[in-house]
Amino acid sequence: MPPILEVRHLKKRYSSVEAVRDVSFSVSPGICFGLLGPNGAGKTTTLEIIEDITPASGGEVLYRGRARGRNFREEIGIQFQHTSLLNFLSVRETLETFASLFSKPADIDDISRRCDLVTIANQRNDRLSGGQGQRLTLALALINQPSLVFLDEPSTGLDPQSRRNLWSILRELKEEGRTLILTTHSMEEAEYLCDDIAIMDRGTIIASGSPRELIERHGGGSAIILPGHTPQGPLQGLNYSVRKNGADIVIHTDHVHQGLKELIDRHIALPGMSIHTANLEDVFLHLTGRELRE
Amino acid sequence: MNLKRIWVVFKARNAEFFRDRAAFGWNFAFPLLIIIGFGLMFDGREFKRFRVGIFPPAAIEHGASEALPPTFLKDRHVIVVPVVDREDGENRLSRHRIDLLVDGTSVSGAYWMNSSSPNSSLAEKVYLSSYMVGKTPPQRGVTSGPQIRYIDWLMPGILAMNMMFSALWGIGYVIVRYRKNGTLKRLKATPLTAFEYLTAQMLSRIFLIIFTLVVIWAGSDLIFDFHITGSPLLLLVVFILGGLNLCSIGLIFAARGTSEEFTSGILNFISWPMMFVSEVWFSLEGSSKLVQDFALLFPMTYLLRAARKVMNEAATLADIQGECLILAVTTLVFLVIGALLFSWNE
Repeated sequence: MPPILEVRHLKKRYSSVEAVRDVSFSVSPGICFGLLGPNGAGKTTTLEIIEDITPASGGEVLYRGRARGRNFREEIGIQFQHTSLLNFLSVRETLETFASLFSKPADIDDISRRCDLVTIANQRNDRLSGGQGQRLTLALALINQPSLVFLDEPSTGLDPQSRRNLWSILRELKEEGRTLILTTHSMEEAEYLCDDIAIMDRGTIIASGSPRELIERHGGGSAIILPGHTPQGPLQGLNYSVRKNGADIVIHTDHVHQGLKELIDRHIALPGMSIHTANLEDVFLHLTGRELRE
Repeated sequence: MNLKRIWVVFKARNAEFFRDRAAFGWNFAFPLLIIIGFGLMFDGREFKRFRVGIFPPAAIEHGASEALPPTFLKDRHVIVVPVVDREDGENRLSRHRIDLLVDGTSVSGAYWMNSSSPNSSLAEKVYLSSYMVGKTPPQRGVTSGPQIRYIDWLMPGILAMNMMFSALWGIGYVIVRYRKNGTLKRLKATPLTAFEYLTAQMLSRIFLIIFTLVVIWAGSDLIFDFHITGSPLLLLVVFILGGLNLCSIGLIFAARGTSEEFTSGILNFISWPMMFVSEVWFSLEGSSKLVQDFALLFPMTYLLRAARKVMNEAATLADIQGECLILAVTTLVFLVIGALLFSWNE
């Protein structure tokens, strides 16, 4: 199936800062594509260039194989990271206002139900809580029944219940055949929602693939973790990497079952033992490092 | 251009205006209070009056004095202020609290004036002329045409000033705030075009300006009974044209920038000179040519000239075509500049 979106050699320069450096990727229709990266990696800039909010310094963006035309805004939905809405309007009025700006708007009642806005329909949008505000901006992103939805850190500031609720809405959207492109700092979110991921750092894509592929390629396998007081003598001669990590002893292995069998054979006590399977966070930290970013 | 989208943004902006109670109240209260205040201040006192201190207080009993000419004491230009003694009077005179000091017991009519005060000089002339009774005065005539009260002259100025603040801040400042907080970016993510958005802002503001103007006019008219010698419809057209012009200036300031502080400074920089040299409060008649030429740079000068000609001189459209043409042309120029410079993000 041809990609719904192709990004080719995208560049963005702000005076002396090169925010996006030669970014290329494509997104298949009907999937959830995740753009991951530390703060300042260039995710939001990349997203806003694709959304045609910010002009690029170079490169091109193709939507359904063509340059974005006048209808592009009719077919996409955007949830920005930070949004202020028109003051003194209620939630319903805000939805009605934005719906009227599109040629094929969604039904306001349907969208209100989907985004759990029915009970706050008459509340003024400048008096909403963080979670309510996020639900409203999600509803605005869906108000035109878009085929391509951009979500910039959609779960930031949400409590666990609200986050799960958001995830279930996004999964429903995917099931309806809509394509989602999101940025996130939550590896759990990316792993749960995304079919394809691109990891950005310092304005460029440093790895891409499905979560499973990335974990297999960059995750570093699994680890058996033993309490620090475990006698280290029997561990010598093991055919695995064994290292001390704080109070724990970490044994890296690609074959957990085999590793455990060898430990039992050497009569090593296993109470307090835990197994860590590589996840996206390991991949992320491995690729982007552990130093703090701005 | 999509009229539906313009209508939606127009409605939303109007709702904001009417629901923002503080700003809503201020838009009506401010000009109304100024008009009422000035009306009361000048009510029945449209002639220049001078405060004349007379000592000792006993020299004037029941408004009359044996030593002073009755014509002087009853002159409508004179307000008699009893003072304790000469020292007290001179003290007041030097501080401009009175304009002239007269010894109420002096047979020769001794008086003191403040040579640094123009009012004192004029009061002196009124005083001296009261001693010339019996001499043949120059022939006097009184204009027979309709006389314009100060409040009738002032009213268009106050309304124009309110329009100016409403247009410049209601468009310039508000759009910059929307750009700063990301509202414009959210709107850019829709099919709404910059032209549609700016048109809706202009129409909304002109609607609100005229609505405010009509309410303030009606409210003030109940108190002061304004006289419009020309066509009220033409006066409305002049105000609409002037409102559009001021809104288009607001659009230029709204075109770029995300700093509310900077925009506020710029708006003050343009609005205050416009208010003082465009004859809002006082006529520039008699001012230097430099000041009068400087006033011609401001569109509000033409708005006020046209409005006052219609209101006070029964001018027709033909009489004010020059002012209207300047307002229309500069509106178009400002609109084009504003639209070309406009950015949703920066």
